[in-house]
Amino acid sequence: MSAPPPPVDLDTARSRKRGRSTASASRSFGRTTAVALLGISGTPVSIEASVNDGLPGIDIVGLPDTSVTESRKRIRAAISNLGITLTSRRVTVNLSPGGVKKVGTAFDLGIAVAILEAEGKIPADRARGIVHIGELGLDGRIHPVRGVLPSVLAGLRAGATRFVVPAANAEEAGLVDGAEVRGAANLADAVTMLGGEIDDPGLPAIELPEAAALPPPDVHDLAEVQGQDDARFALEVAAAGGHHLLMTGTPGAGKTLLAGCLPGLLPPLDVDEACEVVALRSLDGTLDPAAGLDRTPPFEAPHHRTSASAMVGGSRPGSIGVFSRAHRGVLFMDEAPEFRRDVLEALRQPLENGRCDIHRAWGSVVLPSRFQLVLASNPCPCGAGVGGSTRCRCTPLDRRRYRGRLSGPLLDRIDIQLEMLPLVAADLHATSPREDTATVAARVARAREIQAHRYAGLPWSLNAQAPGAWLRETFDFRRTETAPLDTALERGGITMRGYDRVVRIATTLADLAGRTRPQGDDLLSALVLRIRETS
Amino acid sequence: MDTMTLGRRGEACAKEYLIEHGWEILALNWRCRHGEIDIVAREADTVVFVEVKTRANARAGHPLEAITYRKLSTLRGLALRWLAAQEEWIPAFRLDVIGILWNNGLPDITHVRAAQ
Repeated sequence: MSAPPPPVDLDTARSRKRGRSTASASRSFGRTTAVALLGISGTPVSIEASVNDGLPGIDIVGLPDTSVTESRKRIRAAISNLGITLTSRRVTVNLSPGGVKKVGTAFDLGIAVAILEAEGKIPADRARGIVHIGELGLDGRIHPVRGVLPSVLAGLRAGATRFVVPAANAEEAGLVDGAEVRGAANLADAVTMLGGEIDDPGLPAIELPEAAALPPPDVHDLAEVQGQDDARFALEVAAAGGHHLLMTGTPGAGKTLLAGCLPGLLPPLDVDEACEVVALRSLDGTLDPAAGLDRTPPFEAPHHRTSASAMVGGSRPGSIGVFSRAHRGVLFMDEAPEFRRDVLEALRQPLENGRCDIHRAWGSVVLPSRFQLVLASNPCPCGAGVGGSTRCRCTPLDRRRYRGRLSGPLLDRIDIQLEMLPLVAADLHATSPREDTATVAARVARAREIQAHRYAGLPWSLNAQAPGAWLRETFDFRRTETAPLDTALERGGITMRGYDRVVRIATTLADLAGRTRPQGDDLLSALVLRIRETS
Repeated sequence: MDTMTLGRRGEACAKEYLIEHGWEILALNWRCRHGEIDIVAREADTVVFVEVKTRANARAGHPLEAITYRKLSTLRGLALRWLAAQEEWIPAFRLDVIGILWNNGLPDITHVRAAQ
């Protein structure tokens, strides 16, 4: 226990002891940039690292989430496995602005680079202003992360031009124009890019897991649809004006098939819209970078037992819901009354504003979700009660309850409400050729051009989004033209909001027909497309 | 050299280092029922409680890395007990850590003042 301590050779001890002043290198500060992503909007975050006296260890300050704090362990391991010994002093890492919450593993690379600069392994100031995104493995390799594309977009918007991303995400980041992107396979790679010298560990780069992309949606051609001329026309109108659509009809009338034709009728997305869609997919982890900037509008058809939080998204930081996956595309809800009530009510905000404002325990996020809604519904629980059919076995109360599941405020936001009758044998044997998707899509594209011209410089771009007052003022309808509508309004058949919806549909009808302004006939036809208002 | 001898050697080494810097050693291996303070010394007016950690090599990391928050708070508690046992007035105190790494048979001393 109390063995006398062996003699110490003090002279040598003295000569080898490290005064703090000499241990501190000429520079003990490093700085680089990363992006804190919230939804698809990001804030550039400046990462500062400073090496100072104190017990060895890494402190991370600046509102880091647990996932960011954990990066200390990964960074320590990654750095030491690359054969670098850190000075045994205190490393303080600051992420500013301190008010922005930092979540996720994408900060690893930036923090490691800042620390290595502070330790003098990277020439001073070389990493400044370069955005580093990536998660570190214990062996020093850089793992792919989600949301690289929106991060690069956010960085560009904030004025950064140079980005270092995981090698597996380089192709995705390259979809953004104007960004100088370099992929790094491991930390040594990233350090070498900045002029530091570390031996490459010679490990193979990590690749993106296969089959991350979703299977393409079931898109049908209009030529497959038998009969249902009214419904085909209603679909064309919906596609041309961006109107939401409700189809009520017996099982087998072709509702699902028709809805599957809609994505083919819509014009391709413009670059900005496609960027938003791709950014959301990047966040979702379903982006296939090999497909390039995909211009086809998304099509989402969720199952009717889907929960409200799965639809809205944001249950975890960085997760998105079905509404956002359908952004700039079509959301098709088959068997709409079978969806849970909270799901149907959750539709109100995206239909009204085109986004979901989500507030959860972990924070708040705004997810874009501007989609075209297509609802399909049976007329009653047994499905037969359409067009005065006698085969329906439902009581009037059953029918009322079933219809009541789609609430008034929801139906109020749906422009076109269509009743589909069952097919008859004559429809199947009709010899007249059916129009295919390409023919109709061409008319839709023309109607969209007219709208783009009419609404140039205005905050909306489609008839469905145009305020009724603006349309009524612009077209200055005569009393004779609006007479049927006025009558319906006076009798209580339509509400004032419904009146404006009829005007919007009439505008689309005129655009499709190539008329410069909707006339009395257009208003009358539009009134027919809103059966619920008149019945 | 077993760890006990290594530790004693390190503490002796730290003591010599402090004396050489003009510190007055007040107590060595002061113990009470809650633990032991390696060195109590006085630098000018300040009483300094020193924890000494010695390692034979850097395989398990630098000795200072073994000083955890918990170890420091124990030391702080012991320091208060030592202060309570004193009769004279002590105007200021602080906690220091000395890490000693045996490098080719020679001690490599790292002294961290006011550790936290």
